[in-house]
Amino acid sequence: MARRVSTRRKAITTLAAWSVGFLIFFPILWTVLTSFKTEAQAIADPPLFLGFDWTLENYAVVQERSDYLRFLWNSVIIAGGSTLLGTMVAIPAAWAMAFVPGKKTKDILLWMLSTKMLPAVGVLYPIYLIFIQLGLLDSRIGLVVVLMLCNLPIIVWMLYTYFKEIPGEILEAARMDGATLREEILYVLTPMAVPGIASTILLNIILAWNEAFWTLNLTAAKAAPLTAFIASYSSPEGLFYAKLSAASTLAIAPILILGWFSQKQLVRGLTFGAVK
Amino acid sequence: MTFLARALMGATALTLVAGPALAEKLTIATVNNGDMIRMQKLTDDFTAKNPDIELEWVTLEENVLRQRVTQDIAAKGGQFDVMTIGTYEVPIWGAQDWLVSLNDLPADYDVDDLLPAIRSGLTVDGNLYAAPFYGESSMVMYRKDLMEKAGLTMPEAPTWDFIKEAAAAMTDKDNEVYGICLRGKAGWGENMAFLTAMGNSFGARWFDEEWKPQFDSQAWSDTLTFYLDLMNSYGPPGASSNGFNENLSLFQTGKCGMWIDATVAASFVTNPTDSQVADKVGFALAPDKGLGKRGNWLWAWSLAIPAGSDSVDAAKKFVAWATSKDYTALVASKEGWANVPPGTRTSLYENAEYAKVPFAKMTIDSINAADPKSPTVDPVPYTGVQFVAIPEFAGIATQVGQEFSAALAGQQSAADALAKAQSLTADEMEAAGY
Repeated sequence: MARRVSTRRKAITTLAAWSVGFLIFFPILWTVLTSFKTEAQAIADPPLFLGFDWTLENYAVVQERSDYLRFLWNSVIIAGGSTLLGTMVAIPAAWAMAFVPGKKTKDILLWMLSTKMLPAVGVLYPIYLIFIQLGLLDSRIGLVVVLMLCNLPIIVWMLYTYFKEIPGEILEAARMDGATLREEILYVLTPMAVPGIASTILLNIILAWNEAFWTLNLTAAKAAPLTAFIASYSSPEGLFYAKLSAASTLAIAPILILGWFSQKQLVRGLTFGAVK
Repeated sequence: MTFLARALMGATALTLVAGPALAEKLTIATVNNGDMIRMQKLTDDFTAKNPDIELEWVTLEENVLRQRVTQDIAAKGGQFDVMTIGTYEVPIWGAQDWLVSLNDLPADYDVDDLLPAIRSGLTVDGNLYAAPFYGESSMVMYRKDLMEKAGLTMPEAPTWDFIKEAAAAMTDKDNEVYGICLRGKAGWGENMAFLTAMGNSFGARWFDEEWKPQFDSQAWSDTLTFYLDLMNSYGPPGASSNGFNENLSLFQTGKCGMWIDATVAASFVTNPTDSQVADKVGFALAPDKGLGKRGNWLWAWSLAIPAGSDSVDAAKKFVAWATSKDYTALVASKEGWANVPPGTRTSLYENAEYAKVPFAKMTIDSINAADPKSPTVDPVPYTGVQFVAIPEFAGIATQVGQEFSAALAGQQSAADALAKAQSLTADEMEAAGY
């Protein structure tokens, strides 16, 4: 039986949720607001919230100085490519671990996760040298591979968790009907796990889009994505806060829009299996 | 179709394919500051004169750029053909043969016109390894109106004692006006740039001639105690997290009576578009303690060519163009003399038009007051004014900077910060084999 909740309690809970949401969103809101200020307004004390002369000057300067579309295209290729490649590797891996577990499956899962415990800078130099040898420096394909490897443990873990929720009997029934392994994964397992796969893909696109360590260290001019675009407006000697905010707004806008439209799938996927 | 016609079509197709590849592409790594961005906008002049050279820019924040180019040059990644580096990197990288010598720049480049102090900082064993794009020192920027209100007159070459007296007289905490704003944020290029230069004027030094750390000396104790006392009494709140930009904001919004920092800031604080105090700013040399050295630094953002570049000749053409007298004239014609990159050439300071720029004289006087080959009162085995030109310095100074910043934040005493600085510097230097 559902518990009765008073209107007052509902109002308080809603207010609290909105307050927390606003608090989390505030830095992004402030960045967007600053992008419409002049540099002098950006450093005004007390800070100006809405009462300032809105200007598009910073966006014009950013457009004039940088080829935004080139950076955007690199981000799309790198984030999309690494997620696609990672998902193609992770689905069979997660299937094997979820439905045909061996004695060492748990150990393998933990070992995969342990690779995330090493700070990325610890392997920067070896990877940099390998990239030089393979001619992959400043190439999109190099970054696709590196980001795929970085996010693979997370993709496998997430898919493994979703697959574990699917009853093995359904797959057994498919096998009894004569489905091959490929058909079992493609036509039975995958459709049932679509919400989980969708949320895994979305989360990994966001992670790859925002990744700044490898994308800054392994690129120069040709493969530089939006993280490098933002970094080019940061300066310890000179006030570029408004321009930096305009660049940041342009960089986060595509992923923010994607997140907005896919929030249902994201929430559904992330809470998948939470209620049994 | 005859054989000849086919051959001609084939040759035409090959020419079309090969055509774009004829242009040599230069990848230039640079920092994000006003002068560098202006240069990017003016490169049409270079490409018009050199149609066979294409330019690609990689603009990064100063510390990220430093790490990226160091990594690339050490691993011979060959990602960049021209790098923007400073006076700290040039002596170290030049000595390692990581940079291409620029001794053979064309005669009309007039290398003898470069300011001696700047040229000296970019030369190793007689080889010029980088061409200065702009040079800077540090100086006192002060509010003339507040100084007048306090009944004081800023000398052209003040002492630290006068600075303290003026800071006390200008401070009005009720109205959020602080007598002095100085760097407090930890980092070898942040608070340690300022404190090392300040220490030079107090007779302090990083190492004696045997490379023994000197933080246990009376001179360092005097330096840090004076700095902490000055900042705690007359500085803004939260100063331990203030770097150049934070102090620039404070000064531009009228909250600082005096600010001792890079000469390049003069063009920002006198720009009426961004600064509320643009018409009230005066300039003076960095202070001294009567020991023969002033507390000012010397820095030059310079263009260098890594030894691994495949396009050395094209890169030299670009470096020569960007640091030439003609480029100075180009900027002056397009954006006015106040926007010309300062601090690199003697001829600029002999120009009557440039002399009208309010901070021109103080900038050149400050640069000339710094001597990277003899930065301290007592002799030292190193070069560099606000740094020690050894590879280990950046790491050590950042740690020392954290101790000094913690002292400014009130988390430890000056004596404790100095003791820790002495200990960690001794350990690092021993580990490095000194």
